[in-house]
Formats: sequence, structure tokens, C-alpha cells
Amino acid sequence: MARVGVFICHCGENIAGTVDVGAVAKAALDMPGVVHAVEYKYMCSDPGQTLLKDAIRDKKLDRVVVAACSPRMHEPTFRRTTEEAGINPFLCEMANLREHCSWVHEKAPPTTKKAIDLVRLQVEKVKRDRPLNPIRVPITKKALVLGGGIAGIQAALDIANAGSPVLLVEKSPSIGGHMSQLSETFPTLDCSQCILTPRMVEVARHPNITLYTYSELEKLDGFIGNFKATIRRKARKIDEKLCNGCGVCQQKCPVKKIPDEFNEGLSNRPAIFVPFPQAVPNKPVIDVANCTYYKTGKCRACEKLCPTKAIRFDQEDQIEVHDIGAVVLATGFRTMPTSNFSEYGYGKYKDVIDGMKFERLASASGPTGGAIKRPSDGKEPRHVVFIACAGSRDRLKGVPYCSKICCMYTAKHAMLYQHKVHGGQATVFYMDVRAAGKNYDEFVRRAIEEDGVKYVRGRVSRVYEDDGQLVVKGVDTLLGAEPVEIRADMVVLATAVQAQHDAEELAQRLHVSYDPYKFFAEAHPKLRPVETNTAGIFLAGACQAPRDIPETVAQASGAAVKVAGLFSQPELTREPIIAVVDRQPPPVFSSCVGCFLCKSACPYQAIEEEPIKNRNGDVLKVVAKVNPGLCQGCGTCVSTCRTKAIDLQGFSNEQVFAELMCI
Amino acid sequence: MTALRIGYYPGCSLTGTSRDFGESTRVVAEALDIDLAEIPEWNCCGSSPAHMIDHVMSVALPVNVLLKAKKAGLAEVMSPCSACYSRLVMGKHEVETSPAAKAQVEKVLACPSGALDGLPKVLNVIELLARISDRIPPKVTRKFDQTVACYYGCLMVRPPKVTGFDRTEDPVEMDKLVALVGGKTIDWSFKTECCGASFSISRTSVVGRLGAKILQDAVKRKAEAVIVACPMCHSNLDLRRGEINKRLEKPADIPVLFITQVIGLALGIPEKKLGLHRHFVRVKFPTKTAPTQAVP
Repeated sequence: MARVGVFICHCGENIAGTVDVGAVAKAALDMPGVVHAVEYKYMCSDPGQTLLKDAIRDKKLDRVVVAACSPRMHEPTFRRTTEEAGINPFLCEMANLREHCSWVHEKAPPTTKKAIDLVRLQVEKVKRDRPLNPIRVPITKKALVLGGGIAGIQAALDIANAGSPVLLVEKSPSIGGHMSQLSETFPTLDCSQCILTPRMVEVARHPNITLYTYSELEKLDGFIGNFKATIRRKARKIDEKLCNGCGVCQQKCPVKKIPDEFNEGLSNRPAIFVPFPQAVPNKPVIDVANCTYYKTGKCRACEKLCPTKAIRFDQEDQIEVHDIGAVVLATGFRTMPTSNFSEYGYGKYKDVIDGMKFERLASASGPTGGAIKRPSDGKEPRHVVFIACAGSRDRLKGVPYCSKICCMYTAKHAMLYQHKVHGGQATVFYMDVRAAGKNYDEFVRRAIEEDGVKYVRGRVSRVYEDDGQLVVKGVDTLLGAEPVEIRADMVVLATAVQAQHDAEELAQRLHVSYDPYKFFAEAHPKLRPVETNTAGIFLAGACQAPRDIPETVAQASGAAVKVAGLFSQPELTREPIIAVVDRQPPPVFSSCVGCFLCKSACPYQAIEEEPIKNRNGDVLKVVAKVNPGLCQGCGTCVSTCRTKAIDLQGFSNEQVFAELMCI
Repeated sequence: MTALRIGYYPGCSLTGTSRDFGESTRVVAEALDIDLAEIPEWNCCGSSPAHMIDHVMSVALPVNVLLKAKKAGLAEVMSPCSACYSRLVMGKHEVETSPAAKAQVEKVLACPSGALDGLPKVLNVIELLARISDRIPPKVTRKFDQTVACYYGCLMVRPPKVTGFDRTEDPVEMDKLVALVGGKTIDWSFKTECCGASFSISRTSVVGRLGAKILQDAVKRKAEAVIVACPMCHSNLDLRRGEINKRLEKPADIPVLFITQVIGLALGIPEKKLGLHRHFVRVKFPTKTAPTQAVP
């Protein structure tokens, strides 16, 4: 006969405030098998755990039920305590009296009655528990970093410097991301490329980093420590080993009029191109959609003129499968297109641009060489209006959240404009200036006080064109809601930061949860900000929420530490809550009849076919077998099995039925 | 073609200051086989007088109108006047989304609970014409060959979550109707700007200032007429033209027509039946260099 001890936690007032814990302890003593039941203020505290250990020893308990909070909170704690007292940790169960009872009900007798029922369930379950041992699985000590912006670069470098190999996968032809497009960075105004390119070069040269640009993750199978990543390396149509990056092909390509993505469409590029001069790797790609050869079958100018004969028109995409131990998602963000804003001209006015375009105009490597010239006619704008919160904090037509980076980059834009265009005037329309960060508010004050940027608190209701000039109609709410009308030469919208177009699809493919705005969700908003709910997949940068560069870098390093921590263990320990297929002595061998319905039902491809052979090697029977490394213990196969040959360890049919029958 | 029977709420303007809107709506409806069933014993929609003073009345009055329509067995109600349309949709929205407002209105109207369920759907005139737009082209006898500015005003599209009609900042449904009868519309910036609304009575200078901006842009962009679908917009741009012209360098003689009048002209309905003679600014269009062919 089992000797069960029941330990009821008050959790301060959390449980004891609604549940009569004394009555629960008294009722527990009447349950068959229970020989000891006590209540205590904080079971998870040191004295609480000592109390548990002492009771196990003194009362000769062999099974334990802790009635406290969710097992997600403290199951590891109490299992460790039971193990320390000499009992198999899987003979300890938790009844969730807090999340499932006291927090969701009012103080009343039925609440206590429910608490007693919850304890009774676990008592019935624990009596049928069998000792289990954790499963140990090896770890592949190689990380996959998805996305080659500053987040991915930082994470890859930190993991690589900690000594583990990293596979950095970037979908565009070069790493660098949005940061490589920026002109200067707030709050120091240091040139973005000057601080980024050394990191990019470091990535390319690092012995522990394998760089796959122009590549995408097709599929991710497996689980923490043992992922299998399928990567598509898109054909650059170039032999990267032969190409020396001389650039002749770009000069000679007859197609010249393709909007340059790196310059946000403000200039054109050829069909064979390197996105920008400091690109890593500095190897061109052929844009198949626009290349004359792929369209008409003629041209091949680049092939004829390439001094190293590196052009490969027949090159095809390659699929590679890599064993990976951990994944860092650093896929970044996009900004809301200006065509979303009907009141600002639906993107039809050439001189209404977004922040990224302004970055390219202000950048020394940009299409104007850093001179501020408006896109429509190349004239220097004498008056520029910046509209903050274009789409952000707009529940009706945009997104309800604050995009966080716009206040700062708008101040930076206005400041750069004042520095570059003498006698010009920058006006910023804003809702609030959110400049929380080291030296951030000082930066905004500098824009206003030293550089003479005009800040108008109010929204802009409309931007329209009148005689080739933009008219900005807004309101100054600090001047008693006075309407303001400004005739501007250029308008810059600080458009909202949004998740990538394919973020939702990627999240579903990787089984990572995401929020209503398709940003990837962290495991806990405060305490686990770089982890996802999927073990072994971590987050860095703006794929999780709008972030600026310092935050992104900090988070990327955080994610890298998580990966390095994981890789520092010799092997992974997993809970043995997995399915097992019945095995019996000959001649039955197993009650499994080999229908393999379970195999098609398993979401984790954990079920294999095992031939049972005699001594001569003849196959007698083929039965199902669960791969303990892959099984996640979901139980789908158990409910599918027609002969009840599969059971779930720790949640057996017998246990679940016993729980149901006792209430 | 089967006649479409629809509840009709003219409101006060369409029998008074905007008789021409009412007249043209009726004749156009008749020509397009729409049976306008006037709501029996309709009352005030609760616009400016009520909604500036008493919120409950501003909901109870339009709901009472819809209740009468429901009792008359009408599933949908069309109201040409934008202010009436706004009150009717807002009233319906309020009782359908707020149980507290619903209870209050039930008390005011002394109606049993449940009486306010399933109130008729409310349409504006553009919505109605857009729905039966396939009936219009075959009946066009005289192409409306003018370049015009479609002016929607504020109430028809706002608030977007209540009206659910067209694109809030840049509506296009009226432009589509004009194109359907052969007209061209300009792309301009004042489609939904304020006309001054009821300041027409209390502060005419405001109406003059706002109207001047609207007409100035329309004229500059070579519009030959401004097309509206709201009595308030019409009277502010038409009746208050003197006040507007005081603020314009060159007085504007651009006519202001209701969308129903435009359709009516294209359908070959005589000007008098459409009430064009009632306008303060004479309805005349610049003569075209080449006479246009009638649409066969």
C-alpha cells in the first residue's frame, strides 16, 4: 500500500485567501493511501522544502502530492526536493490550486470543494506513478542564426567567439540588413556603415562562422539540441570561388533601370549586381527576373567580359541539410509602406517619402552622395516636414503600438537636414516625444535648441499638392488647437515598424508563437525575453518587437549567451514523459498489430517501424517503436492506437481513468 | 427588371431647403425602378439640434425612425441627406453595441425589450446607386460629358467603423458613379474637407472661408462642377456663394449639383423635374468645342 503525503501551500494569500487550506488538509487525510497531510505558508521556501523532506523521512512516505501553484512554476523545485529525500522525482505530483482554483474563483465553500477534488485527482494519479528516469540526449553544438542584420551578426559573432560553430543564413545577397542602409546613428551621429562594416568583415573572416547569403531556411525538423535545418542556397549564377569582385559585369550589364532596393528605389541598378560597395560577400548575383538572357535567351555580356570566367547561367539552387543544436531568429522588420496613408497622398506624391528613403538621401554612400535633394526634381528642399507616428499608435488605421525608434530617428533626420541644408527649416509634427534611453532626450533637445528644428505638437490631417508644392495641414495643440498650414518641399513620414511579410508563415513553420502583429513571441515578457516557447529557438532584434540598435545588440548577445549556455552542457536531460509501445515475451512480442495509424498521426515523426526477427534473421512481425529523442509526449498516438498497445509514461491510461473515476 | 423596394427617409432638408435633392432622388429612383417607400409618420433624425444638447435624444430619435420603418416591414432604409444618414447609422450602432444605451432608448420610446432587435439597415444614396449601378448605363440617353469634382463632405464616410462605407480619407464611390454616366472626375485634395456645416447659420464667415478653399482647389484643377450628396454641403457651397466669393480673387461661378441630378441629366430627365432651377448658382457648363455624340 502506497504511503502518500499531501503538502498544501498557502502561497501567502494567493491560495489561502480563497481556499480553506485547513479543510483541504483535513479532507486529504481521509483519502485512501494518504498517511500525512499538512499546510504551510510557502512550500517553495527553504523551510517549506525542509518540511517536505523531513516528512518523507519521518513518516516513511513513498509518494508526494504538492498542492500549490502551476507545475510550470515549481514542479522542478519539488521534484528535486523529493529526489534529495531519496524518492524517485517522478513520484511527486502537483495539484494546481492557484491558477486552476484560487485565482479564478471567489472565496466560497465550492472553491474549497474544488481544491479538495484537485488534490484527490493527484492522489489517485500519484498512487499509480512508476519511477522514471530522465532521458539523456546528445547536443549538436552548432548554431543556426537566421538573418544577417545587426542582430544576426552580433549573435553569430558572440556564439562563434564562445567557441561554437555558427551557420549564418541571410536571404539577401549581402549581410548588413537595415543598419547598412542608415546614414548616421542616434544619439552619437556616428556613421552607421563605419561601425557596422568591421563587424561584417569579422563575420566573413571568423573561422567558426559559415556564411550563407542569398539563402533561406526551408524546413526545420527535430528538437532542441538535435534540429535538422534544410537550407536553400539560391543560385547566384556566379562561381563564388572564381569571382574576384572586380565589378566589370556590373558596368557592362546592358540592363540599367531596375530600382535599387538598397537605395530604396531612389536610384537604379543593373541586372547583375552587388547590393552596395561594402557588401559581404562582395560577389554579385544575377537578378533572374530582370536579366535579358533569362528573358530572351540572348545577351550573356557579363559572361563574355568576366575576366575570371565566373558566370554560371546554368547554376541551380542547392538544398543542404545541416545538423543544428540551437536556432537564433534575427529576421528583422519592415516599415509600413507610404501607400497605406490615404491622407498623405497614398504614396502618389514623389516628395512624400519614408524614413528609410531619407536615410539613403542623407547617406554619403547614397544616390545623392549625402546631399539632401528631393526625389521629384532633385532640388534642395527649403522646408521639410517630418510626421512622426505615421501609422503607429493609430488603432483605427495603423497599428496600436509605439514603433519606438521613430522619435529618435526623426530627431536625427531633422538634425542632419539642418546640418546639411543651411537656411533650411525642418518642422516635426509629433504626438509625444518618447526619448527614453541613454543620452536620448539630450539628443532631441539638441535638435530643438541648437539646430533649430521646429517641433509642433499635433497631428497632420492631410498632405496635398498645390502648384507643385506640398501643403501640410495640421494642428498645433499647444497653441490652443490652432490649425497650422505649412507649404513644404518634402515630407518625411516616420512609418510604423511592422513584422516581416513572411513572419507568420515562418513562425508556423518553426512552431514559434507570435503576437497579433506577427512579431515573434518571447517565452516570458520580463524574465525570458530572448527565448521562445519552443526550446532551443531564441530571438534577437526587431523580429520580436520594434527595437533600436543598442537594444538589438544587447538582445542578440543575450540570445548568444543562451545558446552558449546550452552548448556548455555535455548532454541534454529530457523529461521521460514519452509514449512507449507494449513489449511482451514471445510468441506475442507486442500487442501492436502493426497498423501504423500512430505513425501517420504523430506530429513529430517519432514513430518508427521495428522488425522483430528470430535468430535466423527472419522477420516475424513488424511493430511500432517510439524514438525517445523525438517523442514530445503529446499522446496523439495513444488515442489513435486501436489495440491500446501504446501508453504514455507518467500519464498512462490507467492514471487518467483513475483521476476521472475519483470525482 | 424587378422593382427594388426600399425604405425612404427624406428628413427635413429634402422637403425644405434642399427640395431639389428630394425631387431629383424621387425621379431618378422612379427611372431606375426603385420603389421608395416613405417611412410612415417619420420624425426628426436628431441631427444638430438634438445631438448637441442631449445624447439620449440624439439616439432615441433616429432609432424611433428605424423602429417605424421596421414596423412598416422595411428591411432597409435609404436616407439621401448625409446628416440624417449619419444620425440613423450612429443611432443603430449605439443600440446594437451598448446594452446601456439600448435600455435607455427602450425606456424613452416606451417600447418592450426586443423591439429594437433587427432594426433596418441604413444606406446613403451613393450606396444605393452603387448597388444597382448595372441598371444605369443602359438607360443613359445623354452622356454627362463634364469634368467634375466629387465632394463627399465629412459625414458620409465617418466614423469609418460605424459607416463602413468607402475609403475614409479618399472616397471613390461617387467618382465611379459619375464615370458610369460618362463624366470625368478630378483627383483633388478636398474630397472630405469640412464645409462649415451648421455654421452656415451662426457664423457665415467660417463657411465662407472653408468654402473658398474647397472651390478654389476645384476650379484650379479644372472642374466644371462640384458634385455633392449632402444638403448641408450643397447649401454652403451654393447658397453661401456670396460669402465665399468675398474671399476669392476671382469670383467662382462653378455650379454645385447633387449626384442624383447628375444621374438624372444623363438619364434624360428634364432639368426642371430635377430641380436645377432652384439653385442659387446657375447650372451651366462651358460649351464644348466639339459637340459630343449621344450614347446610343
